[in-house]
Formats: sequence, structure tokens, C-alpha cells
Amino acid sequence: MIIYGVALLSVCLLVGQFTGELLGQWLGVQANVGGVGIAMLLLVVVCESPRLAVLVKGAAGEGIRFWSAMYIPIVVAMAASQNVVAAVNGGMLAIVAAVVAVVLSFALVPVLSRSANASSQHDSATPGADS
Amino acid sequence: MNALQSVVVANGLVSAFAVVGLLVVLSYYLSARLTHNRIHGSAIAILIGLGAAWWAGNITGGSRGVADLGLLAGIGVMGGGMLRDFAIVSTAFGVKLGELRKAGLVGTLSIFIGVALSFVVGVITAALFGYRDAVSLTTIGAGAVTYIVGPVTGAALGADSAVMALSVTTGVVKSVLVMACTPWVARLIGLDNPASAMVFGGLMGTTSGVAGGLAATDPKLVPYGALTATFYTGAGCLLCPSLFYFLLRAIVEA
Repeated sequence: MIIYGVALLSVCLLVGQFTGELLGQWLGVQANVGGVGIAMLLLVVVCESPRLAVLVKGAAGEGIRFWSAMYIPIVVAMAASQNVVAAVNGGMLAIVAAVVAVVLSFALVPVLSRSANASSQHDSATPGADS
Repeated sequence: MNALQSVVVANGLVSAFAVVGLLVVLSYYLSARLTHNRIHGSAIAILIGLGAAWWAGNITGGSRGVADLGLLAGIGVMGGGMLRDFAIVSTAFGVKLGELRKAGLVGTLSIFIGVALSFVVGVITAALFGYRDAVSLTTIGAGAVTYIVGPVTGAALGADSAVMALSVTTGVVKSVLVMACTPWVARLIGLDNPASAMVFGGLMGTTSGVAGGLAATDPKLVPYGALTATFYTGAGCLLCPSLFYFLLRAIVEA
């Protein structure tokens, strides 16, 4: 049943968001702390559990796969409803701060992911061959 | 004409599916015809979306892009937080726990490095532009983290409303930049495997920027980047008005 998968997805998101809200309150932060991330972990765990297979096998899985395939169109709609005017007219301070922050963050990606790959590949028989 | 308009408005979300569908068709056509698929169709769709949002914002003076045009209000629902988060979670379907564990430590570390790096850049820039008080510096620095961390921090510290606006704008510029630039730099920064996507999500942090940037680069990487990115705003809201503010105040007053 397709609705099993869709319902599972909904419950994961709701439980994740709720946990994120509680975590935020507990830490004294006025924000949801990782609600979506917790929901994703929950979904991954359910998918790997053999006892809950009925919720993700066959048609039920299609209910989740459909939303996963809708992800890009939803992101396109999200892009179309951003406050781009404010970003373009942001003034020099906002633009300089954002550009420098983004460029430096981009530059750090290969540095940190190299150490991620190094720490997961203990059999370093081929040094320098970063995958 | 009036009848058509009322149908479109009454069926906002359904109309949005049709409009976005047409936009995606057009984008993939342009991708194949003009760039021989070198530029991903979804990257073009996102860029057209951003361009349309800019055009609509100039016409309406609103802050929600094309969603402020009455006829396209459904785009705001389709691209709003609820369906966005629902779709992001669904991308985790089929992800293996092992993959997540492999980059777990570095991914977590990258969140804190990313928050601190963006904050420091924001603070230094604000200082160069003449801000000297710890509250304004912290608020603008927090805006460089994400556009949610900025106002949360500013509100907690009682920042001036002009500074708050500047802080939000910095975050919005960052988010749009990440969305638009990621596909162009992806190869350069080795963004082609789950581990680097997790690091990328942790360093960039802006959920919409990472979601849009990775979608346009390689949809398979989306869940890994989104997972770390969703913890970034929380970490920023936690650190900026507390630890970072106290450190900064100690430096400014010294």
C-alpha cells in the first residue's frame, strides 16, 4: 500500500521535528535543532529493520520514492520563492561577507573530506589515490 | 480570462505542479540543446527559478519571489518549508547507515568548523565596515552563518533593527550563492561522494542552499549533505548568542 510509505515518511518527519523542538528548548535555543536530520536517521533505521519491512517494501516504498523524485521540482519552486531582490541589493557588507564565507567554505571541503576518506580507508596500500 | 484566473488561484498547489513541470521541461531542453547536457537541467531550472524570483520581487516589492504574484502563490506552498522538509527526508530512503558512519566524525566536525568560519568572516567584514560594538558584530557574524541564526541571535542580544536586516540579508546572499555556484565548483572541490557531501553540508549549512546546490550537482548526494546541514542552523543558534558573543565581547573590550 502506497499510503504505508507516505505515512511512514510523515511520522518520521513529525517525530524528528518534535525531537528537534524539544532539543532546542532543552538547550535554550530559539530554533529547531536538527529536526530534519533526526527524521532522516529515523527513516534510514526503519528501512534497515527487517521487522518493519512491510512499511518500505514494494508499493509502500513507491510512496517514499515518489517524494524523493519530487525533491528537485520542489527545490526549483523553493528557488523561485526566495528573496533574490534583497540578496542582489544587499549592499556591499552583506555581499562581501557572504562571498568570502562561501569561498572559504568551498575551499575547506576537499581538505576535510580528504581526512574523512583517509580515516575510513585504513588499508592505504595506494597512497595518494583519493577516491 | 477571469474564469481561468479564478481556477488557477483556487487550485494554487496544482497550478504550481504544472508551472514547475513546464519549467523543468524547458530547462532540460535548454540543457540538451545549448549545452549538450554539460550543464545539468536541474541547475538551469534552479537558475531560472532564482531569476524569476528576482523579476517578481522587483514587480511586487515582496520578499517571497514569484509566490507574491497572486497567480503563482501555489509555488510558495510547493517550495515552502513543509514540502521541502518532507522531500528532503524522503531522499534518505535507501541510504545505508554504514555510509553515514564512515564520515560521521568528520561530518560532525565540519558543522562546527563551518559555523565558526562563517561567523568569523561575518565579524571581520562588519568590523571593516565600521561596526565596533559586540552586539552588532555578533549579529552580523551570525547572519553569515545562516539567515535564521542571524535574527535569532540579534533578538537574543537586543540588536538594532537595521543590523538585524543586514544580518538576514547576508544569510540570504549566502544561501543564493551556494544554490547557484555549487554545480560549477563541484568537481574542483571533489564533491562527488557521500563523505564529501556530508562535509559540504556541514561547512555550508544553509539548508536551502545545500538542498538546491546538491540537487543541481548530483541528486544522489542530497541526503548526505542535507543530513549534516540540518544540524548546522541549530549549532549556530546555540553558539552565536552565547560562547561566540562572550568571546567577541572579551576581544572588543580588551
